[in-house]
Amino acid sequence: MAVTAPATTHEPASAAAPAFALEVRGLVKRYGDVTAVAGLSFAVRAGECFGLLGPNGAGKTTTLEICEGLNSADEGDVIVLGRSWRRDPQWLRDRIGLSLQETQLSEKLSVYETLRLFASFYQKPRMVNDVIPLVGLEEKRDAYVGGLSGGQKQRLAIACALVGDPKLLFLDEPTTGLDPQSRRALWDLVEQYKRDGGTVVLTTHYMDEAERLCDRIAIVDHGKVIAEGTPRALIAGLGADQVVRFQLSDGAAVPSALLESLPGVRVVATSDDGYELQCAAVHETLPALLQLIAQRNARLADLRTHAPTLEDVFVALTGRALRES
Amino acid sequence: MGKPLPALSLVQLTLVRIREFVREPEAMFWSFGFPLLLAAGLGLAFRSRPPETLRVAVVRASASDSIERVLEQGGGLVVDVLDDSTALRRLRTGQVALVATRQPDGTLSYDFDPDRPDSRAARFLVNDALQRAAGRADPLPITERKVQERGSRYIDFFIPGLLGMNLMSSGIWGIAFSVVTARNRKLLKRLAATPMSRAEYLASYLLSRLAFLTVEVLVIVGFGALVFNVPVRGSIAVFSLIVLLGALAFSGLGLLVSSRVATIEAVSGLTNLVMLPQWIFSGVFFSSKNFPDVLQPFISVLPLTAVVDALRGNLLMGSGLVELAPHLAVIAVWAAVAFVVALRMFRWR
Repeated sequence: MAVTAPATTHEPASAAAPAFALEVRGLVKRYGDVTAVAGLSFAVRAGECFGLLGPNGAGKTTTLEICEGLNSADEGDVIVLGRSWRRDPQWLRDRIGLSLQETQLSEKLSVYETLRLFASFYQKPRMVNDVIPLVGLEEKRDAYVGGLSGGQKQRLAIACALVGDPKLLFLDEPTTGLDPQSRRALWDLVEQYKRDGGTVVLTTHYMDEAERLCDRIAIVDHGKVIAEGTPRALIAGLGADQVVRFQLSDGAAVPSALLESLPGVRVVATSDDGYELQCAAVHETLPALLQLIAQRNARLADLRTHAPTLEDVFVALTGRALRES
Repeated sequence: MGKPLPALSLVQLTLVRIREFVREPEAMFWSFGFPLLLAAGLGLAFRSRPPETLRVAVVRASASDSIERVLEQGGGLVVDVLDDSTALRRLRTGQVALVATRQPDGTLSYDFDPDRPDSRAARFLVNDALQRAAGRADPLPITERKVQERGSRYIDFFIPGLLGMNLMSSGIWGIAFSVVTARNRKLLKRLAATPMSRAEYLASYLLSRLAFLTVEVLVIVGFGALVFNVPVRGSIAVFSLIVLLGALAFSGLGLLVSSRVATIEAVSGLTNLVMLPQWIFSGVFFSSKNFPDVLQPFISVLPLTAVVDALRGNLLMGSGLVELAPHLAVIAVWAAVAFVVALRMFRWR
């Protein structure tokens, strides 16, 4: 159980620093009949921010927990900072930081006391008084955790992850449930950590968050990586310059086949919100679409176009919208 | 900052335990306040009374009589002079213990209820006083010595029981509630992802229990000794050993009931399952010898029985290590088994 750090106290830098901060190969995890992770692979370079993007239940959290040493894989390899959890658990725990989705810290401890506790677990912790301003909780230093807002609690959770001075930071849905201002404050925090040379692996189901923070992204669905790359490359891969969304009044419908035959349309997706067309040539598609609707005596309830996002990448790959799945 | 002291995280963890407890006023009340209220209430209800005076009636006679004066001088009697029917009614309703009547022929008659102890006692006291006044002399000379023993009152019996009960409930409940709350809030999982020593985490519960224990013991025994003059006859070293070993056993049980479950509701049920039989059988409020002989082997191996019996032996009778060894052995076995099983089963997620 409680093994202290191994006698080899040298940092990995003195050995050859591994090119990848995290390598996951062929990961499989089953819960009874349910396969949560089905042969998932990706690699994270040292110093980058890597995002696992996907709907709820896609297997992101399970994957992350295996990488964090909190869960075991049924098949596959996980190499963290060049080491394995089986051989060097204590060495690894000393060098990673993490925030879980659902952790609630003790309500009757102050911010300072909470961080002081976490700092005491690590070989070379940061000074608590240096970490508190980093997450903007100076004024709440002596306030009880129970009295913090949701955003402040989440920043404290990140501070608990940072106080051990980790090389690698795992964040599971770090901004879920936060107001826009708190989300931006958290993004700044992650970017600052990255500028200081840290590596970040995060999960999210927010497209804007992934586009803003992540150098590279793996899109995960049903326990597998279905696309991987930089946000820009993934979006460019759609070959679409615009996305057209529309809704018809009174529940009127248009067959997908008709929409696909319109000029300039590459992908058609339908949902409760209406129709979505990814277009390579929107100037050809729009007039033809309007004409088609008029021919069928239907009326437009809503029409909008936007530049494609990661959301559209997910739609193109799965035929489903990310939010509703 | 240099390398932190090796024990630093143990210190921090223990401080956290103490802070969490002290900042929860309700927990403080149930650990310290409630047992005192209980002891005060039961101590008052079952306090020893001064020797009772018996109330007797003398029937008002037409001729002036000296019976009532004789009886009042005798001591221990309160005399009411009443008419015939009132006196007998008071006897029947239990307000007087005896009715004495001078008959017209000069003889005495007593009305009393031989089934009532106070009535029988009054019969002897009244007759004795009246016969002596009439000139009777005792043929045998006697000497009297009055013995009033501390340690045989109900409060003397109850204070060690209360202490044992409190050791049990704060040990089991204090640990189980805290561990299960931490698991329920995913805090255990978060801590398991740090390099924190898991042994130190569990040790912090024992250390914090030790701190609270000292306060609990001083409060309860101090209260008993100061307010009710409950005796403390045994050696302090043996007393401390019983309390420590008992606290360890109950902490182990607390860890055991909380080793797997993730909700407060589930652990409440388990805790009651463990504690309720001991409240009933272990002789906290009344002697466990009241239960049938078939149950005695089962009762005597309950941890609370062993703790309470050992505490009574130590405090009330001043028993030493040798006499208490069987009880201490029972407690030690519980502590060892509970810890080993709890650590095997303990779930961090």
